[in-house]
Amino acid sequence: MFKRVDGDGRGSVTIHVEGQAIAAREGDTVSAALLASGLDVRRATAVSGARRLPYCMMGVCFDCLVTIDGVGNRQGCLVPVAEGMQIEIQKGKREIGK
Amino acid sequence: MMRDYDVAVVGGGLLGSAIAWGLGRLGQRVAVLDEGDIAKRASRANFALVWVQSKGLGMPAYTGWTVRGAKAWPKLAEELKAQTGLDVVLQQNGGFHLTLGEPEYEQRTQLVARMHNQVGAADYQMEMLPAAEVRKMLPLIGPEVSGGSFCPYDGHVNSLRTFRALHVGMKQFGVDYLPERAVGAIMRDGNEFKLTTAHGEIRAAKVVLAAGNANQTLAPMVGLSAPMGPTRGQIVVTERTMPFLPHPLTTIRQTDEGTVMIGDSKEDELDDRVQNFSVNAVMADRAQRTFPHLARLNVVRSWTGIRVMPRDGFPIYEQSETHPGAFVACCHSGVTLAANHAFEIARMIQQGALEPELVGAFTARRFDSEAGAGGSGYY
Amino acid sequence: MSAAPKQDQYDVVVIGAGPAGLAATAMTAEAGLSTLLLDENAGPGGQVWRAINSTPVKTEALLGVDYWSGAEIARAARDSGAEIIHRATVWSLDRDLEIGVSVGGGSAFVRAKRVIIATGAQERPFPIPGWTLPGVMTAGAAQTMLKSSGLVPDCPTVLAGQGPLLWLLAAQILRLGGRIDRVLDTTPRANYIAALPHAFGFLTSPYFSKGLAMMREVRAKVRVTSGVTELAAEGDGTLSAISYATASGKRERLPAELLLLHQGVVPNVNLAMAAGIEHRWNERQLCWTPVLDAFGNSSVAGIAIAGDGAGIGGAQAAVVRGRRAAGDAIKALRPQAKIVDLSAELARAERGRAFLDVLFQPARQFRIPQGDTIVCRCEEITAKDVLDSVAIGATGPNQLKAYRRTGMGPCQGRLCGLTVTELMAEARGKSPQEIGYYRLRAPVKPIMLSELASLPKSEESIKAVVRG
Repeated sequence: MFKRVDGDGRGSVTIHVEGQAIAAREGDTVSAALLASGLDVRRATAVSGARRLPYCMMGVCFDCLVTIDGVGNRQGCLVPVAEGMQIEIQKGKREIGK
Repeated sequence: MMRDYDVAVVGGGLLGSAIAWGLGRLGQRVAVLDEGDIAKRASRANFALVWVQSKGLGMPAYTGWTVRGAKAWPKLAEELKAQTGLDVVLQQNGGFHLTLGEPEYEQRTQLVARMHNQVGAADYQMEMLPAAEVRKMLPLIGPEVSGGSFCPYDGHVNSLRTFRALHVGMKQFGVDYLPERAVGAIMRDGNEFKLTTAHGEIRAAKVVLAAGNANQTLAPMVGLSAPMGPTRGQIVVTERTMPFLPHPLTTIRQTDEGTVMIGDSKEDELDDRVQNFSVNAVMADRAQRTFPHLARLNVVRSWTGIRVMPRDGFPIYEQSETHPGAFVACCHSGVTLAANHAFEIARMIQQGALEPELVGAFTARRFDSEAGAGGSGYY
Repeated sequence: MSAAPKQDQYDVVVIGAGPAGLAATAMTAEAGLSTLLLDENAGPGGQVWRAINSTPVKTEALLGVDYWSGAEIARAARDSGAEIIHRATVWSLDRDLEIGVSVGGGSAFVRAKRVIIATGAQERPFPIPGWTLPGVMTAGAAQTMLKSSGLVPDCPTVLAGQGPLLWLLAAQILRLGGRIDRVLDTTPRANYIAALPHAFGFLTSPYFSKGLAMMREVRAKVRVTSGVTELAAEGDGTLSAISYATASGKRERLPAELLLLHQGVVPNVNLAMAAGIEHRWNERQLCWTPVLDAFGNSSVAGIAIAGDGAGIGGAQAAVVRGRRAAGDAIKALRPQAKIVDLSAELARAERGRAFLDVLFQPARQFRIPQGDTIVCRCEEITAKDVLDSVAIGATGPNQLKAYRRTGMGPCQGRLCGLTVTELMAEARGKSPQEIGYYRLRAPVKPIMLSELASLPKSEESIKAVVRG
């Protein structure tokens, strides 16, 4: 869907999406890194289970909800990536204990 | 609009709508006069419990009326489903009031004892359960939970969907719902009542005042009285989460949509536009001590609402002696008593007289002596 | 990691670190007022100057000179002595100028003598059939990814809508080697005539020459279809095609994996409305704008609004509005200070705006959807659902909430509010002003229950809750 432009000199950051390691860059938000990964990162809504991807990327729409380091329903577009971060795709309602 | 009606119901909240739906169901020509988009509406601020336990200390008749309402709810839910296709998700498998720490447990135990000792009270099996017993039914409770009271008749419902179903159903019964028509004056004109609104006049043979706390001002227009003592309550709501709570609590319930509602407060402040975060903090703190996993959930909304509350906490159902055909109905528990309003009160209004054996205890004349100190209409 | 505010009381609290907020912060702090700047993002810049300190796109010509003008203002704010906290979520503001702010999973209240709301704008909802499909995003979203992460589309991509940002984004994507297959221009043809009376101001504004150059640049590389009057996104679980029709009757279906939508921006009203600030329906910008005096002061004493949150004016106007609000705060708290009159500068910065407002006023069918098109993305409520509610008696957005839960999800009405107001207004034959808006309350952004639980609790509050 998206590719990185040439000459991006930022350092690499490894995050894990459903256990799979992907290379993000310093300063990426979680949502940007997911969209750049080429993986199927569609979440399922809590109402009907419909598939969604981020819509606004600026904290407004809440379609970027994702589980980050075991905490569910976080706005991936507002959280910068960090080395070793564990990402799970949000599937419907928030799970108990997440 | 000059159409004549059998009954004009003033107020389109849960109480007015239930009565109007019930009258429409009986083939009556009904108009519902309501306010507009911004109004103090308990119907969209309530906690949606169908609740029996602890109701009626100081007035055994209220216990009986509440039990009757809870028992009639399945019939209301079924009829609404059959008529409108809307499932109001009634769940009546018992509910809890949980306590944190021993002093609260002791206090609750005393309340339960006083309820049981009350002469004439219906037996509704409210019992105290220690924490270990509660945990068998609610495995996620935290270590601070000391136990609680349980009543098998308690339950909850989707109150917003109930509200919608009643309005859809009213339309199907031919009831005219007339919003943005706050009633300014009610006059007796021959055999009719004439109700004045900003958008014209409505005429009806009977009038039912179901305008919540505003009944206090409307009732004297038809020779009735409805002394009210409203209070404010705040509620906090979380995002949707997977089902974890099989029984509703007095202060925590999980909706069928998955959100967790956390209540509630009883405040003297009556401005529903401002919030008291200190109160929200207490509610949030108690909720996370009751269920520790709630701590990490996101709060997506909170609101304040004004309770419809007769001065002593118990319902008022009264008919006018000076203005025959005029009735007043107000109560705090518009959700719990919805089936009573839809079936019993509507029937009595159609017949033209309240039935003393069912609702005689709720006469507004009880306030004449001003002896009625606060009971336990609401905790 | 961001830290909580160092004090619980400031002279000035500025909310939002875009053009208006940065300019205001630099000015009040340099004047010696204790100033706290709270911002939701990881770095300064807001949306227009997003990632100004960290963008991987360093070649100046690629993002353009307007973008880089933000660097100096961001530096001035940083060096001003103001306390600046990023990744801070302001979730409450009330009439007593008490601000609830969440930083790093903890919440605190701070008090201000003056508050400047500079929460800017958001994309106007663009509720077409299929707009919730994965692969449909706002143009602003693509621009955010481009600026902050150097990401550009490399799949079959269509841009649709109207307004300066659409052309700027197209030019930036193309300069950076990204892919655009088609631009679908939805500007209604009648708007060109309606905008004519405002053309003089526009022709003498900087928008004119810059805008023309950008459109030429894009048209040289991408096919542009004008006069688009119908638009739908299609696909099963993900976007696969876009169908459109034009005023001249042409219909086409384009395969696409990415659709970038834009029909202008509108003020971000949630915080201001929750604070009780009076807003009115703006007939030209077709959105709610706050009622403000000449200095940006709102109906709530002590709270000013600057930047696009005061009504869409663009980045240059936002900077001046930020300084104007800052000047008024300085005058109020340091009566002996000399404040420069900025009215001429503001008039210059706002020149041409009326033309853009009218020319790019979105068409009715792209604001007021029909049938099964989703209105409320969070609760998945359609236009038909809304109209059914009107039929059983919903008079405005708040009764609609009771019937259908619109606006009750996590976005709190941000992406359905305007649509709901206009849809109900049309259905009821009333003006949007008469229909009104959702009654908004804190928290205006979600906060954890534990954060709420950690706030101070009075004895009276405990008694109000624990009742046996």
